[in-house]
Amino acid sequence: MSVVIKVENLSKAYQLGDIGTGTISRDLERFWAKMRGKEDPFLKIGEVNDRAVKGESDVVWSLKDINFEIQQGDAVGIIGRNGAGKSTLLKILSRVTAPTTGSAKLKGRIASLLEVGTGFHPELSGRENIYLNGAILGMRKAEIKRKFDEIVDFSGVERYVDTPVKRYSSGMYVRLAFAVAAHLESEIMIVDEVLAVGDAEFQKKCLGKMGDVSKGEGRTVLFVSHNLTAITRLCSSSMLLRNGLLIDHDATHKIITNYLSTDEVSTSFMQWEIGNAPGNGVARILSAGVFDESYEVYEYIDIRKPVIIKMEYDVLVDDVKLTHAFVFYNEHGIRLFDSHDVNSAWSSNSVRKKGRYTAEMLIPGNFFSEGKVKISPAVITSDPFELHAYAEDSISFLVKDSMDGDSARGEYAGSYGGVIRPLFNWKADFTGR
Amino acid sequence: MIEAPPDKWDIELTAENNLLDLKLKDVWHYRDLLVLLVRRDFVSFYKQTILGPLWFFIQPLFTTIIYTFVFGSLANISTDGLPQPLFYLAGITAWNYFADCLTKTSSVFTANAGLFGKVYFPRLIVPLSIVVSNLIRFGVQMALFVLMMIIYWVKGASFHPNAYLLLFPFLLILMAMLGLGLGMIISAMTTKYRDLTFLITFGIQLMMYLTTVIYPLSTVKQKYPHYQWMVEYNPMTSIIEAFRYGFLGQGTFTMLSLAITTIITIVIMLLGIIVFNRVERNFIDTV
Repeated sequence: MSVVIKVENLSKAYQLGDIGTGTISRDLERFWAKMRGKEDPFLKIGEVNDRAVKGESDVVWSLKDINFEIQQGDAVGIIGRNGAGKSTLLKILSRVTAPTTGSAKLKGRIASLLEVGTGFHPELSGRENIYLNGAILGMRKAEIKRKFDEIVDFSGVERYVDTPVKRYSSGMYVRLAFAVAAHLESEIMIVDEVLAVGDAEFQKKCLGKMGDVSKGEGRTVLFVSHNLTAITRLCSSSMLLRNGLLIDHDATHKIITNYLSTDEVSTSFMQWEIGNAPGNGVARILSAGVFDESYEVYEYIDIRKPVIIKMEYDVLVDDVKLTHAFVFYNEHGIRLFDSHDVNSAWSSNSVRKKGRYTAEMLIPGNFFSEGKVKISPAVITSDPFELHAYAEDSISFLVKDSMDGDSARGEYAGSYGGVIRPLFNWKADFTGR
Repeated sequence: MIEAPPDKWDIELTAENNLLDLKLKDVWHYRDLLVLLVRRDFVSFYKQTILGPLWFFIQPLFTTIIYTFVFGSLANISTDGLPQPLFYLAGITAWNYFADCLTKTSSVFTANAGLFGKVYFPRLIVPLSIVVSNLIRFGVQMALFVLMMIIYWVKGASFHPNAYLLLFPFLLILMAMLGLGLGMIISAMTTKYRDLTFLITFGIQLMMYLTTVIYPLSTVKQKYPHYQWMVEYNPMTSIIEAFRYGFLGQGTFTMLSLAITTIITIVIMLLGIIVFNRVERNFIDTV
């Protein structure tokens, strides 16, 4: 294995605001500075790129002093919030734009998929577009010819291959476009969020294909996506970018935890004003929160420790049958489980008086897997079912494993699958030789 | 792990590059793309039209008719004794090739920003494909011109094709280079300053009147000896004059004027390449 991508002190500055007025004088000034052998006067005043904060100058560093190396055959994910510099990095590596300072060195052919269907011409048929798009991506004609059937087969639009692509549905268009790109014979593949298109079946197919590309064929893949599931499945290591800086480059699961704990805001306690509290005329939720054993509000929960989820709600009418419930989702939007009260004094279909109620549930330690858990509190009548109040994803917390060796992980520190992670009792015997 | 020797990188991306480095190896690798782009231009031109490639004929034909009427009959401008339609058609055919190359090349960056912003290939491919696809159009118009020559020959008009006809391929290359070079300079500048796109549309028209498309150089020399330099030093003038001389036997050109034109063309072309190369790397940030 050898290093195929080496990035050294890579930076990219962008000019904010309007380009046009004032640029001639700026260009002249820049030229004058260069003639005297001085540094570009407009690049010195750059600052860290945080899109939410109004800056002092017009020049912003979209990437600043990025250094990393990538080995051949690695699939590396790039994670970060909008504007963290992910796309800029991919643009530089795919040679669409040049860095402002620093360098990037690459080995082998690069195929970049910053968009699917680049260069598709609506008037041309699918067949003609396969050739055109393939050539734009750097394939030779003979190469496309050889793979033509494979491409058409993968895209699943064989019937329309001689129809102009302007008559295609958008899904078919994307299928065809991805099929071309997936059959590129390049050593390095750069992919930007293109999987956000197509139906679920096709997305699965794309992911599978990309997995084959990196694992089976030993090609290097750089992958930007907001879809953390896809990144987890595809990439063994990842990079975290924040405001143009490379924060960390490590195993994917560690990077995702880092990203979720710092870049995604988790709210572990919510309180609503009476006016906008979620609910109908029967009940409304006033507050909900995540607590540890000593009833402190916690955003981070040790994977081994129990969690208490608590809510407070008002019942607005007398003699109504109802109970309370929580719905749990993880960061990938997978519904982990639902739970409603079946054993307390105010369990299912207990008859209520008007007034304020609290409800809490205890979830034991060693239950959730690492990552983010989003909770939706609800007040319901279970028979006949009726939803009175529902605060979707209103509170969340993060489960962290401190890797002390006594969680379900044991000594294992790598990527760990599954939406829950209970600690089970195992029994094993030596049965002789 | 074996560390590769540091000089074995295939691609190095840095802030500065060699301005004269044309990346011809890359361009050669993408030659199929050139062919496909030309094909795309051609096919998409006549898709959903009834007359199809016939449109290539119609434009120069009508222009010739109008010129013959306005400049020939009404204004009575000399055509060096040549049949008027032949004289104009020769000028229009050559001028159109140059002008088409220039206008289309000059909007290369703005028109292809979407494509250039998403994928890398040697940008030079696109202006080259423009020059080549205009060549097809030029070929069709040349066929029209030759057809007209034959018609007038049969009718017994007086014009004399001669050995200078052999200069034709060279003139064609000069026109292509000139259009490409000027176009690249303008395209590079339009990425930042859009003003030039407005300039180019009427600028080309004005430039045509400074070129010997609708009048011969000999008339200018005769009537406006003080201003003749404006027309004479226009590189397109000697190309068109040489073109007319070769095909029709009339025209004011010397080998010296052609040599000067060649030098000017090469300088413009080199300048175009330098500017284009420079802009190519970062234009997507400003376009």
